[in-house]
Order: sequence, then C-alpha cells, then structure tokens
Amino acid sequence: MATIARPMPGVAERPRILDEIWSWITTVDHKRIGVLYLVTSMFFFLVGGSEALLIRLQLAKPDERLYSADTYNALFTMHGTTMIFLVVMPMGVAFFNFVVPLMIGARDVAFPRLNALSYWIYLSGAIFINIGWFTGAAPDDGWFGYANLTSLQFSPGHHQDYWFAGLQILGIASLIGAMNFMVTILNLRAPGMRLMRMPVFVWMTLVTSVLLILALPVISVALVELMFDRLFAANFFNVAKGGDPILWQHLFWLFGHPEVYIMILPAMGIVSEILPTFSRKPLFGYPVVVFSGVAIGVMSWGVWAHHMFTSGLGSTANSAFAISTMLIAVPTGVKIFNWLATVHGGDVRLKTPMYFALGFIAMFTIGGLSGVTHALVPSDWEQHQTYYIVAHFHYVLFGGAIFGLFGGIYYWFPKITGKMLSEKIGQLHFWVMMFGFNVTFGPFHMLGLDGMPRRIYTYPADRGWGFWNMVATVGAFTIALSVLIFLYNVFVSLRKEPDAGPDPWDARTLEWSIPSPPPEYNFAKVPTVQARDPLWHAKLLRRFSGARGAAAAEAIEQPAEPPGPIHMPSPSYYPLITALGLPILAAGLIYQQDNKGLIAVAAVGVLVLLLGAYGWATEPA
Amino acid sequence: MAEVAAAPHLETTATGYDNRKLFMWVFLASDCMLFGSLIGTFLLYKGRSLSGPYPQDVFNIPYTSVSTFVLLMSSLTMVLALSAIQRGDHRALRVWLLATAFLGTTFLGGQAYEFTDFVHKGLTLESNLFGTTFFVLTGFHGAHVSVGVVMLLSLFILSVRGKLPQSSSLNVELVGLYWHFVDVVWIVIFTLVYLIKP
Repeated sequence: MATIARPMPGVAERPRILDEIWSWITTVDHKRIGVLYLVTSMFFFLVGGSEALLIRLQLAKPDERLYSADTYNALFTMHGTTMIFLVVMPMGVAFFNFVVPLMIGARDVAFPRLNALSYWIYLSGAIFINIGWFTGAAPDDGWFGYANLTSLQFSPGHHQDYWFAGLQILGIASLIGAMNFMVTILNLRAPGMRLMRMPVFVWMTLVTSVLLILALPVISVALVELMFDRLFAANFFNVAKGGDPILWQHLFWLFGHPEVYIMILPAMGIVSEILPTFSRKPLFGYPVVVFSGVAIGVMSWGVWAHHMFTSGLGSTANSAFAISTMLIAVPTGVKIFNWLATVHGGDVRLKTPMYFALGFIAMFTIGGLSGVTHALVPSDWEQHQTYYIVAHFHYVLFGGAIFGLFGGIYYWFPKITGKMLSEKIGQLHFWVMMFGFNVTFGPFHMLGLDGMPRRIYTYPADRGWGFWNMVATVGAFTIALSVLIFLYNVFVSLRKEPDAGPDPWDARTLEWSIPSPPPEYNFAKVPTVQARDPLWHAKLLRRFSGARGAAAAEAIEQPAEPPGPIHMPSPSYYPLITALGLPILAAGLIYQQDNKGLIAVAAVGVLVLLLGAYGWATEPA
Repeated sequence: MAEVAAAPHLETTATGYDNRKLFMWVFLASDCMLFGSLIGTFLLYKGRSLSGPYPQDVFNIPYTSVSTFVLLMSSLTMVLALSAIQRGDHRALRVWLLATAFLGTTFLGGQAYEFTDFVHKGLTLESNLFGTTFFVLTGFHGAHVSVGVVMLLSLFILSVRGKLPQSSSLNVELVGLYWHFVDVVWIVIFTLVYLIKP
C-alpha cells in the first residue's frame, strides 16, 4: 500500500494493521485490557463448552464408546479447569478492569503496567495448561487434582506437570491483579466517593480481591508441594514415608472454598447494579448488601471441609463444618431478599440485562437450595460423588455466575463499544439459554439421587439412567445453540453505526456520565461525588433543585473536552516480555525430568523475567 | 517527608498511603498466607517421620541462634538506613544498606553451611517428612532473603549513581518493610521448627 514520502499538511498516514496489533500488545489502558480479558475468556468459554459437548455425547447413551476412558478423564478435567480458571474468573476480571476505575471516577488502575502483566500471564498460563492436548498428555486427574493420584507413581508422564505449572502461572496473574485492584479501590477513588457510596460492584471487587490475595498462596503452596513430590522426590504426599493425602485436600479446599465465592461475588455485584437500574429504584438495603458481601468473604474461610465430609475427618469436625456451612447461607439469602425488595414496587423495564439478572436470582436460588442439602452430613454422604453435586455447582456457577456475567455483557456492551446489542436477539439468547440450561442440569438432580456417580466414562443400560442422560445431552446442545445466537448478536451489533450514546439505560453510576466508548483519559474532569448512585443524584438535582441543584450537578457532569492536557501512562512491551518468562521457566522445570540439560531452559525463563523486570523498572514513565 | 503520590489527577490518595506502600502491605499479607501454609504443613508433619534423621540428630541450636541474631541485627541496620535517607545523609544510607546486605548474606551463608551439614548427616528432601518439610520451608525463606539482598544492593547501586535522592526515601522504606517481614517470618520459623520440642 502507498506510504507518504513527505508529510503534507491535512494528510495523515494510513493506519496499518500492524500498528493496531502493536497498540493492543503494548496497551496499559484498563479499558483495552478489560476487552482483552473478555475476548480471551469468551474464547475459552467455547473451548470449555466444546469439552462439555464431547462429554455429553459420550454419556448420552449407555455403554457408549466414542473415545477412550483416558480421553474422557482429560475432557472432564480440562472442562472444569477451563471453565473455572480460564472463563469465570477472567471474565469477572474483565469487568473489574473495564468498569471499576470508571465507577470510582479514576483515570486508570493504580499500576497500569502490572495490570497488563496480569493479562499476559493469564494468556500464557491458559495456553500452557492446554499444551497437553497437543502432546497427548492433557491433565486427567480432575480439576482438583487429588493427591496421591497425582503423584509420579500413579500419574506418570507430563499430564499433571502441565496442570500444576499452568495453574501456578494462572494463580500469579490473579494474585497480581487482585493486589492492583485492592490498591486502586482503596486509593484512587474520586473526591467524595466514600466507601459507603461506592457501587456494590466495586465493593464485591474489593472483597473478591481480598479473598484472592489470601487464598491463592494456599493453593500455590499445595501446587509447590505437588511439584516437589513429582520433580524432586519430596514426601509431602508420599504415603510410604508417612505423607498424608488428606493434607492436599485441606490445602486445596482452604483455597477452593473462597474460590467459589471469588467466582460468584463479581456476578452478584453485577446483578446489584442491573436490578436497581432496570427497576428505576435504588438498591434496597445497600449497607446490608455490602455487609453481607463482606460477611460471605469472611465466612468463606470457615467452611472448606464440607468438601471433605467423606474423607474420615470424624463426627466433631464434620458437625462443626456442617453448622458453619448452613450459616453461610444466611448472608446470601439476605442478598436475595434485598434484590427482590429492590425490584418490588419498581418501574421494571425488561431488557436483556434485566432478564439475565432475574434469571441469576432464580437459578442461583435453586443451586443454593441444593447446596443447603449438602450441608447436612448424612445427606451429603448420599450425594457426594454423584450427579446431584454436579447439578448444584452448575446451577450456581452457570445459572449464577455465567448468567450474571452475560447480564454484565449486555449491560456494559454499549459503554465499551458505543453500540447496543440487539434486544430481540438478546432475549432469544436468554430464553434459549435458560431453557437449554435447565434441560441439561435439572435432570442431574434426579440422576444423582438415583445413584449415578460423577466422573464415570460410561454406565450400563440396566441402571435406567439412559433417558435423563439423553435429555441432558439435548439440553447441552441447546445451550450451544444459545451461545451461537449470542455470538451472532455480537457480530451484527458490532457492524452497526454507533447508536448507544453515553447513557442508554438512564443509569446511576459514573461510567454512564462519559462518552461511549470512553476517551482514553476516561473523565475530562475528575467528578466530585456527593451521594450514592451519583449520576441519578446529579440528574435529579438538575431536574428538580433549581439553580443550586444545577451547580451541584455540575460536579458530576462532564465537559465535552478536558480543560487542559492530560498525561496518561505510556504503552509498554515489558509486561509481555516479563510474562513470557514464566511459561519458559515452567517448561524448563518440567522437561528437565526427561533431559537434565533442559534445566537451561528454566534458566532462560528466569533471565527473561529479570530482563523484563529490569527494562520495566528503567523505562521512562 | 515524601509526598504521597496517588495518580496524576488526584491531590492525594483516599487512604493517605502512597500506592506503592499500600501495595507492599497487601503483598506482605499474601506472603503471610504463603508462609502460613508452609508452616502449617511443617507442623502437621512434625514428629510423624517414619525414619530418621530426626531434628535432635541434626540441629545445632547455638549455631542457628547466632544466625538468627545476625538476621535480627540486619533489621536494625535496615532501620538505620531508612533513618539516614530520611534526614538526607547519603553516606550513612550506603553504609547501612551495605551492612544490611552483608548481614543478610551472612545469614544465607550460615543457612547454606547448615543445609550442607544436614545433608551430610543424611537429611535430604527425600529422606523423610522432616527433610521434605524442613528444606522446603526454610528454602522458601532463604529465597525470600536472597531477593531482599538483591533489592538492597540495587538500592545501594542507585544511591552510588546519584539516583536515590532524599525525596525517594519511600523506596528504601518499601524494601525495609519487605526485609522486616522476612525477619519476622524467620523468628516464627526458628521458634516453631528449631526451639519447640514435640
């Protein structure tokens, strides 16, 4: 293509596609990083979903032999690992990234390059943990990798190496991001944005970040111990030398239970933003909703052994955890009632985000009810390791977290792109997904109570499980159809002209006071917040409070142009370079088992990390 | 006292703490959980090794006490370094930074000698539960100390090249926070691993 030999006034060089790609690779803008997280997590949603469809095809009929049992083990392992670590968690982070700085009136997060680093580490970890599919060694010991099945003795080959190394890398990404968001929320709030004026989504981001910061090191230690057992013949889970596999379970679930709240709290935050907006009523009981979120975070540390009721802990421990598990249902129930009270009496507008938010309440409640039945030890002893458990966590994670996240996508898509997603296609997406979801996972309750175990590759015809399994498989493909409908919605909506404007929903929070998509600097002028739901407050002041109200509203309203120049953090390629050091280091550690010389690869990884960090520390601001 | 730098568009941070200082405290909270899990593992397996060597076969408490004292003194020199830069005394800053790094390296050397001695007595990562948990726990701590020494020497080099003015005293304070944390973790490890008998 033609390039201009000499710059001429009024004529600019045509932007090249490589410049565009480079700008994405070096971005430190929270809005772009949020989009990167959203697109990547949506891609892995399709990967994890495909793994699920393959599972459902194998289970649709009794005595099916579509592929080997080993492949089946890898499929359910990677389906779980992908959905938890590569989809639900990063999609939540996508919203933390895009929305939180805007909601608190900030221009970016506290550490923009660290933010980019989190994304690149996530991407490299996501690729790393999936390498096994291409080398014939996909992880296959379940997403929770119980010791000592995962020992070298019982899991030879590199399957579990990819698993522990990939998870370790992903954990670092989440940890760094959580620390960044915690500092951002505490320190970068606009003037007047007191903690009890923050949107509930920001509060949930804060609680989630605290949980990540405290819980990730625990699984990190568990993975390190597994790594040392596998790579260096340590004895953490070596029964012959006195090691106790139950230690793995304790460490894993100490992380694992806060982890499920890490997955659900962002979606609860999104629902807490959507419901008031589309009911045209402030959130009922804001302080109580905030407090319940914090209480859930605190109490999540006291329930972990309810995942271990059948591990032989003894009746005292079991009873204690049964009680604490029943208690943690209380703050969640409180939130549900506050949400219902928000909608009740409101001027409800049923748009797609509202459908997903209401769907969340219904589906999550069902999942919560089955959860309460698990809290009772005797009934859990019947339910454990059956499809009843699978039903529970899919209702809360898919019907809950995923529905909430889709609600967030429909709600904030106009802000991100300046274009509305089609309302008609969106509602079709919702109903097909709602139908398909319940047809898939509803029968799992029956199958579980009828005794169908989890993680089995096939089942005999005389059990009577064939009918509901076939129904569930049809449901799964219906879900797939609904995802295609969603993707089609994105495709046609992106091709439109921008039609959203700054505030298509007549919303309450600061992100709707700036253009769609937002300018690089977010706010032309830093807002001064005077109340909760600051944008509604400003709009009402302007409408009803005369001259004084207009003056107060001006503290929030944005001028078309910033009054002066605004310096934003410069792009940088060092986050990407630094991030690359980790998978190289991991590969070296893993492959030196096969060839001692490959420890040099690990050294190269460390070198890349150090060089990246050095360049980072010394580059100009 | 250095200014509290938030973001360019804000006069100051909402909490009053510099972003980097808050970040360091948050990071240390995370690191607490890391060491807590490793210490928890050690305590769970304490006294459950099926074969020797056992702690009483290898430990030399007077020797390790000296090592502990050395690390404790390094926290004192760290405080002195911070105090020096806060009052603009760059020569003293460099002396105390170097002293801290030297004491830290001495501690690491002591650990290296101790580990080699234990290995000669038959205690390895693979020998028993005690070997596994001891070496991983103290090894992680040693790695943290090493990173700290690298940071101290980096500060020293920056100061020598004139790139660490009094207004940047926060950098020394941040390394100091990290260093004191590593020291406190050692106190806990020394008590639970070496001093407390099963």
